[in-house]
Amino acid sequence: MSNPASAGDSAARLRDPDTEGEYRFSYRALAPDPGPPAAIRAVDNPNDEGGKIVVSWEKAPGDNGIFDAVRGYLVRRSEYSDSGFYEITRLPMGSGAFSDASLKNGKSYYYRVGSIYPGDTLFATETAEAIPEPQLFHAKRLVVLISMLLFTGAAVFLITHARKGGDLYVRPIAGISAVDEAIGRATEMGRPILFVPGLGEASRVATIAAFTILGRVARKVAEYQTRIIVPNYDPVVMTICQEVVKEAYAAAGHPDAFDTKDVYFITQDQFPFTASVNGTMLREKPATNFYMGMFYAESLILAETGFASGSIQIAGTDQLIQIPFFVAACDYTLMGEELYAASAYLSHEPQQLGTLKVQDWGKVVSIALMLIGSTLYLFSDRAASMLTEWLIGG
Amino acid sequence: MRREVPLTIVFVCGAFMAFQYFVPHYVSAAVYQYALNWTIIIGIFTLAVGIGSLIHVHYDRISRRKSTWLYSIVTLAGLSFMAVLGILSPNALTDSQGLFMKMYFYVLSPVQATMFALLAFFIASAAYRAFRAKTVLATLLLLSAVIVMLGRVPIGDMISGWLPEGLRISDVARYILDYPNTAAKRAR
Repeated sequence: MSNPASAGDSAARLRDPDTEGEYRFSYRALAPDPGPPAAIRAVDNPNDEGGKIVVSWEKAPGDNGIFDAVRGYLVRRSEYSDSGFYEITRLPMGSGAFSDASLKNGKSYYYRVGSIYPGDTLFATETAEAIPEPQLFHAKRLVVLISMLLFTGAAVFLITHARKGGDLYVRPIAGISAVDEAIGRATEMGRPILFVPGLGEASRVATIAAFTILGRVARKVAEYQTRIIVPNYDPVVMTICQEVVKEAYAAAGHPDAFDTKDVYFITQDQFPFTASVNGTMLREKPATNFYMGMFYAESLILAETGFASGSIQIAGTDQLIQIPFFVAACDYTLMGEELYAASAYLSHEPQQLGTLKVQDWGKVVSIALMLIGSTLYLFSDRAASMLTEWLIGG
Repeated sequence: MRREVPLTIVFVCGAFMAFQYFVPHYVSAAVYQYALNWTIIIGIFTLAVGIGSLIHVHYDRISRRKSTWLYSIVTLAGLSFMAVLGILSPNALTDSQGLFMKMYFYVLSPVQATMFALLAFFIASAAYRAFRAKTVLATLLLLSAVIVMLGRVPIGDMISGWLPEGLRISDVARYILDYPNTAAKRAR
């Protein structure tokens, strides 16, 4: 047994090497003899773009969280097997692995690891070698790829089924059924329609759903020769909305009726945008307001102002926190997935109906996996974590 | 052709984005990063298109002397002033004593805060309209809203202080938020 006390001291009076002259008991007195780390291994980091090697080792004697004998580990690297080693990093005690990045693909690298003790560093005699390489396929994401292919196959099957006349049931949603009625109301009253596509970017799902609903609404508006106003928060969304509305007018046979000044950009600031839309509502007094997309704190300000101006309001968002505000202030609200289903419900196009149906199947699979995972967690954390990691794919 | 070309571009880009998720090779990663950089550049150019749209709309209102043309003058003047100030001041964003940041701190921020403060009044008016005991579910909603509102302010405990711990209004409010409300949020 190692004893850091000077020769001649009894076991009860041990000199602590860090506090010269003091006698107190230290667990280090019971620590095993110092030694280097063992089983040094170096492997190419898997599932990456290359240039990275993972070096691992078994901890040195005494590094177990009790003795604190080991101060840390020192890692050296060389491009030659027996010379030219230089220090690349020092790691604290308890470390068992290190990722060495920014290496050159296809080149051999050699590693040595030493354990740092007070006054000395002990290196293992073995040298580990590895060659970093890029991988062509992320093996951990195989489950995701299979799921994507199954989902795509199911979508193709259902779209084909819908095209051949198969009936795909979509439950009635009050807010969507009211769209045509709301547009007709605006036409009869001779007042415009206001469509706010939300404050999200064009890449967000809710905004994409808003585009498809805008296309449908704009088509009806063009047929009825009513005016539609579309204020925008994001300039990319504005350009897309302009094209959607322009195409809708062209499809309805009234391309000249489209006015680019009715689909415009305001600002990318939340409350100035809200103030501008509120001003538009109070001045133009639209008969119908559509709020479709992503909304945040301004949702209630918009909805209440619309109510004050006497408009019928239909809202749709996937923002959980804002749904209650829209439910309280609007006549109809599309909640979450109902917004995504709206375009399929309005158009009854086979492509959209088939995609909607396969999304429902996907939800069933997700719910089943959630139940399995929740049940597994009751019995084994490790099994549930392994299932999660396998499904997510890293 | 006018539809087919953009659809083809969208399809190719979308297919590549799906493809690169499964291929970690450095060529795939480099092309992905290149595409992301281009997204930022396109976004900046669309901002110019957006500003052009804004100027076009307000110039039209001014030239036609529409009912709100004075507001359009204010809008264009503010846009021009801040843009010129930001371009001409080399340290516009970092100099807190500069006119650009003073305009932000003393004009724009208070105006934004004012709009946000309006929410309190809008919540009150929406609650007055929405919380009516017309049906059983509406009554439950009304009761829950009253309990949660009282439970979040000191007067709730003042009223129910005589009740044993766990049954006071603040405890019931916390229970409603922690269990049924959280469960409903997670289910959604």
